[in-house]
Amino acid sequence: MVWKRIKKFAFSRKKSVPEGLWMRCPGCEKMVYKKMVEEGQMVCPECNFHFEIGARERVSLIVDEGKFEELFSDLESVDPLHFSGKKAYKDRLSVAQEVTGLKEACIIGRGEIEGKPVVFGVTDSKFMRGSMGSVVGEKITRGIETAVQDDRPFVFVSGSGGGARMDEGMFSLIQMAKTSAALARLHETGLVYITVLTHPTMGGAMASFAALGDLLIAEPGAHIGFAGPRVIKETVGKDLPAGFQKSEFLLEHGLIDMIVNRPELKATIARLLDYLQKQPDESA
Amino acid sequence: MAQTVPKNYLDFEKPIIELEKMIEELETFSVTTETDLSSQIGELRERCDSLKKDIFSKLTAWQRVQLARHPNRPLTPDYIEFVFNDFLELHGDRRFGDDKAVVTGLARLNGRRVMVVGHCKGRAVREKMACNFGMAHPEGYRKALHKMCLAEKFRLPVITFVDTPGAYPGVGAEERGQAHAIAENIREMSRLRVPIVTIVIGEGGSGGALGIGVADRLAIMENAYYSVISPEGCASILWKTSERAEDAANTLKLTAQDLKEFGIVDDIVPEPLGGAHRDHIGAARSVRAYLESTLAEFDGVPCGELVDRRYERLKSVGKYLEPAVVST
Repeated sequence: MVWKRIKKFAFSRKKSVPEGLWMRCPGCEKMVYKKMVEEGQMVCPECNFHFEIGARERVSLIVDEGKFEELFSDLESVDPLHFSGKKAYKDRLSVAQEVTGLKEACIIGRGEIEGKPVVFGVTDSKFMRGSMGSVVGEKITRGIETAVQDDRPFVFVSGSGGGARMDEGMFSLIQMAKTSAALARLHETGLVYITVLTHPTMGGAMASFAALGDLLIAEPGAHIGFAGPRVIKETVGKDLPAGFQKSEFLLEHGLIDMIVNRPELKATIARLLDYLQKQPDESA
Repeated sequence: MAQTVPKNYLDFEKPIIELEKMIEELETFSVTTETDLSSQIGELRERCDSLKKDIFSKLTAWQRVQLARHPNRPLTPDYIEFVFNDFLELHGDRRFGDDKAVVTGLARLNGRRVMVVGHCKGRAVREKMACNFGMAHPEGYRKALHKMCLAEKFRLPVITFVDTPGAYPGVGAEERGQAHAIAENIREMSRLRVPIVTIVIGEGGSGGALGIGVADRLAIMENAYYSVISPEGCASILWKTSERAEDAANTLKLTAQDLKEFGIVDDIVPEPLGGAHRDHIGAARSVRAYLESTLAEFDGVPCGELVDRRYERLKSVGKYLEPAVVST
């Protein structure tokens, strides 16, 4: 048994990431000291690769400690289509819940960022790719309505690579309209909406709430776009340009306002909140 | 001739086609030989009608998808021609170009001035290429929005016809902000201060459909479909092969009947017996009747109330559990 394990290790060590002190960065392929990555908010100290982080971690990085009051956490997904491919939707949901420790892909609540009150939300890319079904759409919509009621800015960090969640069919697609309609109402109040696009943000999420910020901030190297690269490649029958659909590509094409490294994200949002304050209605 | 002519009927329509051919032959025969076969012909016609009723009453989801994509199915320009008068096409998004995958223009619906916006697939090969098979680029969505804002300024109701496999997945489309364009359309349509009526006339392909599909009243033709993802795309995710599109179509609940039951669409617009592709004029008559009566319902509704109702309508869509809030 022992030699078998040794043999297995000997053969597999090239590929696998050893548990413990070191980890391999997918960005630069280098072995990096895990503690340094963690202390740097899950950013590679060698190449600035931004690892995907969970929704709870995101809340603690952006919202002032002890100031997050989660809302609508009771909402629970159902299976309106009785959807089943290789695995049933219900089973996929339970797996996602187990992996992330979340009830759904979105967390939303009241909070403060450097003392400034906001409504803050985030989608978790590890929960079914952060895709938007009825619950995610409803939570975002209610979050926006809370911002309107409380007269607070809305800040949202998207990790929604899965777009509109296929498993809930058209219910998911209409969430795009629902969240965007709520944002139209927020827009009319004069409150600011800041979107942070993290890896990955695609499809129905990007074609609705995620693209509608007054300010669009992206983390470096995030994959952001409408159609998936595989589909585009098949459609156009050509290789895609280098860096296609990455944050830097979007900045180059004028589609986002700025790229901000994770450690500077909170301070940048706070500065923007300070600049872009709601003004009194002068027509009255 | 070695070249095969693409057949323009679907497999399940074959018995209908055969019977119709027989009727036609009998008619020619009766004319040329001057024999009275009217009773036989009448009988065959009845049989044909009941066959159509039978076949079309139990179509599968996949058969509906095939009908929605039928090569002879009426397209947006057909409805523009047969439903409206005095159509005046308007071009361009004022930013980049004039996307032919979306057609926009002013028209009269029984005297009422309206703005028409619709996906345009094209029928002949060259036309299809020009229209990019109805797959719009960002400039198509921006063109639609530009004309809808024009309609708002002059208080014209907006009628949109949805018929697209999806927004175009291409390099230029991404470079020019496909997602941004669709998102902005959705947001602006949700607060446009004139009535909007949308009819899905063929394919309702995901975000590309929704990009011109936020409305006060959402209707779908009897044999059209509307889906979060194409059956082929869904199949390649679920089973790693697009060949199981038929299974995916059944799984996705994308037919008019499913969507009406779910409350996603408000109304189903009936098609002539045997499908819209067999009778363009009949389909257009049905669409015109629907539009006339639906638009009349919005007469005199203040625009603030209109927009509020539109919001409430969208807000009601979604299925989830919420444990009752326990008051302390």
